[in-house]
Amino acid sequence: MAEPLLLCTDVGVRFGGLQALSGVDLVAGQGEITAVIGPNGAGKTTLINAISGMVAAERGTFRLGADDITLAPAHERSRLGLVRTFQNLEIFSNMTVLENVMTGCHARLRIGAWQSLLHTRASQAMEKTIRNEALEVLDFVGLFELAKYAAKDLPFGKQRLLELARALGARPRLLLLDEPAAGLNMSETQVLADLILRAREHFNLSIVLVEHDMDLVMRISDQVLVLCFGQAISRGTPAQVQRDPHVISAYLGDDED
Amino acid sequence: MGYGRDMRWLCGLLVLLVLAPPLLGNNYYLTVLTMCCLNAMIAVGLSLLVGHAGQISLGHAGFYGLAAYTTAALSTTLGVPVGLSMLAGVGVTSGVAALVGLPALKLKGHYLAMATLGFGVILSILFNETVAVTGGPSGFTGIPRLSLFGVEFTSDLSVYYFIIAILGLVVWLSFNILHSRVGRALRALHTSEKAAQAMGIDIARYKLFIFIVSAAFAGLAGVLYAHYLTFIAPASFGFLFSVQLIVMVVLGGMTSVPGSIVGAFFLTVLPEFLRAFESIEILLFGGILVLCMMYLPDGLAGGFHRLWRLLGRLVYVRHSGEDNG
Amino acid sequence: MDLPSLLQYLITGLTVGATYGLTALGFTIIFNTTGIINFAQGEFVMLGGMMSVFFMRALGLPEPAAIALAVAGTTLLGALVERLAIRPVRDCPPINLVIITIGVSILIRGAAMLLWGKDTFALPPFSGSAPLPFLGAALMPQTLWVLAISLLILAGLKTFFARSIHGKAMLACSFDPKAAALVGIGVDRMVLLSFMISALVGAVGGAILAPITLTSFDVGVMLGLKGFAACILGGLGNPFGAAAGGLILGVLESLGAGLISSAYKDALAFVILLVLLFVRPSGLFGQKDGKRV
Repeated sequence: MAEPLLLCTDVGVRFGGLQALSGVDLVAGQGEITAVIGPNGAGKTTLINAISGMVAAERGTFRLGADDITLAPAHERSRLGLVRTFQNLEIFSNMTVLENVMTGCHARLRIGAWQSLLHTRASQAMEKTIRNEALEVLDFVGLFELAKYAAKDLPFGKQRLLELARALGARPRLLLLDEPAAGLNMSETQVLADLILRAREHFNLSIVLVEHDMDLVMRISDQVLVLCFGQAISRGTPAQVQRDPHVISAYLGDDED
Repeated sequence: MGYGRDMRWLCGLLVLLVLAPPLLGNNYYLTVLTMCCLNAMIAVGLSLLVGHAGQISLGHAGFYGLAAYTTAALSTTLGVPVGLSMLAGVGVTSGVAALVGLPALKLKGHYLAMATLGFGVILSILFNETVAVTGGPSGFTGIPRLSLFGVEFTSDLSVYYFIIAILGLVVWLSFNILHSRVGRALRALHTSEKAAQAMGIDIARYKLFIFIVSAAFAGLAGVLYAHYLTFIAPASFGFLFSVQLIVMVVLGGMTSVPGSIVGAFFLTVLPEFLRAFESIEILLFGGILVLCMMYLPDGLAGGFHRLWRLLGRLVYVRHSGEDNG
Repeated sequence: MDLPSLLQYLITGLTVGATYGLTALGFTIIFNTTGIINFAQGEFVMLGGMMSVFFMRALGLPEPAAIALAVAGTTLLGALVERLAIRPVRDCPPINLVIITIGVSILIRGAAMLLWGKDTFALPPFSGSAPLPFLGAALMPQTLWVLAISLLILAGLKTFFARSIHGKAMLACSFDPKAAALVGIGVDRMVLLSFMISALVGAVGGAILAPITLTSFDVGVMLGLKGFAACILGGLGNPFGAAAGGLILGVLESLGAGLISSAYKDALAFVILLVLLFVRPSGLFGQKDGKRV
């Protein structure tokens, strides 16, 4: 297994009386694609939320590379290189496609607000740079021609790509994808799978992926973590997990044709 | 949407405002125009806060008044030079905005509206009741006229020119904000706080930033108002004025800086215009407000835009008709 | 402070608070069906008092008849506001609708000023003004009327929402208008109904309060503010919270006026409201926003 980049230990999340996650460990290796699967309500999205800092974990520690991010708020985690997408699209509907991706670049622009306020040279130069970078990312996902369109006018499949582009604009070290294929048809999913693999090479990414589409998971992931009722019941390579009797009984048993 | 286009718009506005006074002829109209510019200053800041960042404030009349009373008390009662007291007025307003915004901006939607409204009401009661400092309901009189570095602005016209210079500055700063990463961050947290956070935007900081900026703009208008009229009274800074400010922004079209300026001018001029109708003035005002909102849902700016496009299409149809014939 | 005067402040607070609660109920009912804050709610309260005075003086009607007519008139006006100013633009963003209600409130206030002038009026108390001694404090008979009628309205609304088919349909609209429309509930009709009930509740509040606090064309502004504050305090959308919020606000204000100074009573009420909001961002009885990420 590769050098670990993200290390989550003993993660527990509780919503009122409901224990959504307990004692989950997740290790995502450098340059690897780690998939989190499990039946509905297993706590997959909760895990993504806990990792990205959007729900407070009751217990557990989170490390990203050399940084302990357990106490860091969501935006701080993003700045450290841990960037996520959303299952229910969270496109900035009041912006153009290009502005969406430029917003993705936000955290990399370490420049004082007063510079923006006074429209200084430095701020103009910075705007220009990220504009070009954003266009490059749009080109990469195949949305270059749509850069000037209002984001809300894009069809669903393209909005998914835009979410991915926006996250890539942030140049993450670790990309968290929350059901990136949800709502996509077969051929769109195919394109997405290729895109994820290409993005890993091109941007030197590590990826954690929550997904329902088993074909996609088995095709692109290096490691798989299986959750069931908030607990990790199996982990390993796709082939190992597929053979694990626990998994088959808890999950794949119902799903396999 | 381009920065260049907005700058051209700003230049056009300033040219119009500079040329306006000789055309008006009468001093009363100049007063109305000056009030328009002051209200526009507040409306522009509020459109950044409400329209772009999506954070409501029903307390901006309070900031406007706080700045006015601060500079009035400092310059009149304590004899501080006017330039300095104006700076202090804006400074105090921004500081108070920071103190109020810090807890209040954690609230959302109607709760934020209530908190800012409550803050405004509290300030307005203070203006009325702390008679020793503010002069109470009958007002604060004898405020020195605007003067900077020992030069007094003796004529109303010179004050007016100073005010449009400041309005120009406010609009310029606003455009700069909107066309930068700060503007994108504001629009981002308006649509999705979660996604904004996921992109590394510290939403609490940006909300506070724009709250303070908009309060500071209201403060600028407040200090200028005090030294322009040399008399202030609590009635000008009450809840109803806060509501009126929001109406200016919405009437102008929410996310449009030019729109909010147009909205401010419209809502300031309208009552003066309706004065001719005497007793039914207020009925007409309410009626026009309702009808505008019903028939111009995207505000005056949107209405103009549609009219413009319609005219364009008419011209185009005529042209193509001629070509075919 | 001695017990009787404390009791006195409590009684005054509960009385005024009951009408805040009724105003807040009006806000809540419209908010629940439309998602907007109706800024004309305070004007409905004003109309309840002012029209009662007007019908008594101008038409020489006995007080109960005048009040009944005033309430009916205000209810009708509520229906008119919905039909003429809200329904044609239902699909606009909420902020536009809120501004429309602001315009409507200016219109109503203006019309009231034109019709009845800027004077302050009093409605005679329903059953005399001889105070009843109560544990050392003086209890005005009108206070009992206010509390009893407020309770009656609250109970009536509760039965309406829990039992009647229209009430249930309105609740369904508040949870999910689209789903309500799918099961055949006429959302338009429910919105109309909500405006009428709000106007009715507001007018009753105005009429029962008028003998105690006097009334004039502009009392609606402050009453509207207090009503809004009460619903926020109780947790927006929760009718029980709105009524409780009104009582709490009324008592706070009355104690503030008694213990500190009457000039700052409103300020004190709002300061406490702000502090409460900062501690509990969704009101005392409000649901925490539990949306999934």
